[in-house]
Amino acid sequence: MVAIIDYGVGNLFSLQSSFAAIGQQAVVTADEAVIRAADRVILPGVGAFEDAAHKLTASGMASLLIELAAQGKPIMGICLGMQLLFDRSFEYGEHAGLGLIPGSVRPIADVIPAGYKIPHIGWNALAFPGEKHPLFRYIAPGDCVYFVHSYYATECDGAVIATAEYGAPLTAAVARGNVCGCQFHPEKSGEVGLNILRAFCEMERV
Amino acid sequence: MITKRIIPCLDVKDGRVVKGVNFQDLNDVSSPVELAAYYSRCGADELVFYDITASAEGRRLFTDILTETARRVFIPLTVGGGINTVEDFDRVLKCGADKVSVNSGAIRNPGLIYEAAKRYGDQCVVLSVDVKRVDGQFRVFARGGRDDTGMEAIQWIRRCVDNGAGEVVVNSIDTDGVKGGFDLPMLQAVCEAVNVPVIASGGAGGVQDFLTLFHTLPKVDAGLAASIFHFGEVAIKDLKAAMAADGIPTRL
Repeated sequence: MVAIIDYGVGNLFSLQSSFAAIGQQAVVTADEAVIRAADRVILPGVGAFEDAAHKLTASGMASLLIELAAQGKPIMGICLGMQLLFDRSFEYGEHAGLGLIPGSVRPIADVIPAGYKIPHIGWNALAFPGEKHPLFRYIAPGDCVYFVHSYYATECDGAVIATAEYGAPLTAAVARGNVCGCQFHPEKSGEVGLNILRAFCEMERV
Repeated sequence: MITKRIIPCLDVKDGRVVKGVNFQDLNDVSSPVELAAYYSRCGADELVFYDITASAEGRRLFTDILTETARRVFIPLTVGGGINTVEDFDRVLKCGADKVSVNSGAIRNPGLIYEAAKRYGDQCVVLSVDVKRVDGQFRVFARGGRDDTGMEAIQWIRRCVDNGAGEVVVNSIDTDGVKGGFDLPMLQAVCEAVNVPVIASGGAGGVQDFLTLFHTLPKVDAGLAASIFHFGEVAIKDLKAAMAADGIPTRL
């Protein structure tokens, strides 16, 4: 069973439905016992980093996620949920993240050339900088996924497993052991996205 | 490289697709859910549902359809029609819409875009604008293109983007239904005025019109059309293959 963490951020209906579409039971929950019992955990998120980080801490989900990550449970952050996995974000100030993956979240505007629109919105192709991560076992380089974001993860110390070209190679996905994250929305990325979620559901505890 | 998006638009009334459609491999041609799933399989990059229902009962049917579509179709879904308040945003977002498009609602209540963007983020708010040339000026029309508001369109679009509209759908009344191609001069004027994604609407008659659009105006992000897709005059698969073959960044 997949636990999709509900901490008051965004609409999780599509995400839950996408797991149903690949034959996986998923529950949207804020119940600690349910999350502990789940085989794997999704940390979703849309909106502002500071507000989401605050809600995660206030709800007790931050410490729970850190504990579950240390136990080896597969965890995937999506969009803002991915950004929350990092040490810090520079979205309107400087804010601490969960520190599960090394790195910082910074404005896209810092790296892309003038004339590129912000947010980076739409379908973009994935490239895999190193050996293909198991998360992408069912997809190929060049497959497109759907992005909507204005900030990106950087200084990730080798954790980047996919990038998307937008005037600069933006971090599209990261992984460190059992913890991974997608900047794009797999639940809005058609068959390619479903295949990434399928692969995540096959990720073993480490 | 970000790809150019192809977006079919479905008009929905009382829970059914309005314009007649006729595809061989589609059983229920007026079911929005079936048609959405069909377009998604064919490679549509995004879908727009436009609710033209007037009654409360029709509105309820519409939200049921949204929920069912979000359950089965995993590409971005934009909803428009009858969006006048932040509560209207809330209603459709809860049912599975990813973005909400406002048109006359923003003209009646200029604070709507700002309020909605503040609550849901810019990426969620799409400005849809019907534009027609009057006395050598691009003019904003309201109520489905029936009423001349007297407002100059480029200024209006710029103001809405400043207030938080994250994308702009430009529907040219002058080229709509003519099938002679998109309104390139109008679209160029909009592209020069704003730095958010611009979606071209009105005038597509065939594959070549999309190729011309994306080659002539590289700043246009997407092409939207309704009847040419619904009547099978242009198959999305063929269109996207032609775009890719022509060197336009395309998701295949």
